Amino acid sequence: MNVLRTFLVRAGYAVVLLTAVLVLNFSLMHLAPGDVADTISQSMGGADQELLDQIRADYGLDQPFLVQLGRYVGGVLQADLGFSFFYNEPVTKLILERLPATLLLVFSAQILALIVGVVLGVISAQKPNGIASYLVTFTALFGYSAPVFWTGILLLIAFSLQIPIFPVAGMRDVTVDGNFWVEAADIARHLVLPMITLASVFLALYSRLARASMMEVLGSDYVRTAKAKGLSPREVVYKHALKNAVSPVITLAGLQFSAVISGAVLVEAVFSWPGLGTLAFQSIIARDTPTILGILFFSALVVIVGNLLTDLALRLVDPRVGGRK
Amino acid sequence: MTDITPDKQTPRAESPLREAWGMFLRNHAAVAALVVLVLICFTAVLGPWLYPTDPFEMVWAPFSPPGDNGFLLGTDYLGRDLLAMIINGARVSLLIGLAAALVSIFIGVTVGALAGFYRGWVEEVLMRITEFFQVLPTLLFSMVLVALFGASLPMITFAIGVVSWTAVARITRAEFLRIRELEFVMASRASGVPNAKLMFGVILPNALPPIIVQSALMVGSAILFEAGLSFLGLTDPNVVSWGQIIGSNRQYILDASYTVTLPGLAIFITVLAISLVGDGLNDALNPKLRQR
Repeated sequence: MNVLRTFLVRAGYAVVLLTAVLVLNFSLMHLAPGDVADTISQSMGGADQELLDQIRADYGLDQPFLVQLGRYVGGVLQADLGFSFFYNEPVTKLILERLPATLLLVFSAQILALIVGVVLGVISAQKPNGIASYLVTFTALFGYSAPVFWTGILLLIAFSLQIPIFPVAGMRDVTVDGNFWVEAADIARHLVLPMITLASVFLALYSRLARASMMEVLGSDYVRTAKAKGLSPREVVYKHALKNAVSPVITLAGLQFSAVISGAVLVEAVFSWPGLGTLAFQSIIARDTPTILGILFFSALVVIVGNLLTDLALRLVDPRVGGRK
Repeated sequence: MTDITPDKQTPRAESPLREAWGMFLRNHAAVAALVVLVLICFTAVLGPWLYPTDPFEMVWAPFSPPGDNGFLLGTDYLGRDLLAMIINGARVSLLIGLAAALVSIFIGVTVGALAGFYRGWVEEVLMRITEFFQVLPTLLFSMVLVALFGASLPMITFAIGVVSWTAVARITRAEFLRIRELEFVMASRASGVPNAKLMFGVILPNALPPIIVQSALMVGSAILFEAGLSFLGLTDPNVVSWGQIIGSNRQYILDASYTVTLPGLAIFITVLAISLVGDGLNDALNPKLRQR
């Protein structure tokens, strides 16, 4: 019951946040120089004032700001984010086509970074001067300082051009056509380099925190008790300490979702990954405002859903979280 | 820490600044990084005079490899001198990095200070706004701002600053919450010091160390941010920046991978140096943390 209530409160808060994103979106669109009528008239090669007024009246642009805002929000409630004049398609359709690719990239990179980060952190916490420890320091420095698109291009040069193991670009090979598993394997092959590139940034954060938090937990009383009971070091670390050491890392991972999506935009650009980032990039060049704002809305949605999922994962790992309000 | 009044009886009481500097000098990596950073700044300021080749001018055939034909770093896909481009790019990258970090520190400190000082509904509202900005994917939001309002340098600076202040705000608020309850603040409050002076004259100076460390890191991430935007082509076309060199040359990595790897290396070294200096500052300014 309590869990349900907390969940409802959080869901309600998420709706408020999303509404705020919508209002911001709409205000930006309103403030920006040029409107839909200008875009249409440009694509027709110019129009006189009468026609411009006609277009503005057709699209309701002559209405007061609040009326237009109400229409926009009402439209979004009906899953209508407007119409892209560049792609000649509804924005919602455009975005939903690209969303799975971005979700695949974002979540696989997060999971990879979490798993490798925690493993590295745990190993290095036990041997502060071991190889794993130096690896953590190195990845932390590299991951923080290297621009993610540069890392991607370096990997591309190394593993697609010099040693051609992985494909250069895209998400699937047009020549590959078979059953589900063949196609899944094809996508996985394309995913490897973008995923590693994106994960490298966050691996740096997670491994450093995992090491620090594991060291702290290993020094605590209950771990000393477990050792005193005569448990093997392996049991102490993986059965007793790990769960407590992992929860701050998961919390941090939850806070990183918006950064992961930002990174994904750049990684998608490097590997021509057909996701929201590539769409955002193309529609910015085309000055396709409805699409850009739709992407901003959807990516905020992904961040919020990611935060909720993190919360859920945290509850599974650490029962204490459910208790506190 | 500065909140302890210096003991008048000890004759050799060092100033806190000198003490922090001594601590900083003990971190060899940070000192080396500081030297590199000074060299980079020197290049950014004086480089264009010392190496006056125009970064926009076609000086040779495209893709002359590094070292050949008298071009130390070779030429790019338009036959422009890559060394001149990197030297001139340092200016934009560092300038925007610094300016954007200043914008975000200004917003973050103001928001954090107000929230931590006034508590109550002010804190509630400001922290909700902070959460709102944490939900917006930073790069996408800056891309939208730059795309809608034009890719001028001030707009890019603003677009980076306005999305990166949340961490500063959280740190400032936490420090204010801690310090506002300390006795010397109580004493100032009791003696009638006005709120504005209490905030920025009494509490802020004592909250500075973690804010300074965070600010150093902000400069690094702002440089990365600018590089990302200009890599995507969202930059002023009339100036050269490191990210933009990579973005415009990346189709040609088969012919000339150095046109991409070298500017990237410049970004990497700069940001690495900044983060090492930041680590050193952290050690120097937060001696308590160092023992962990």
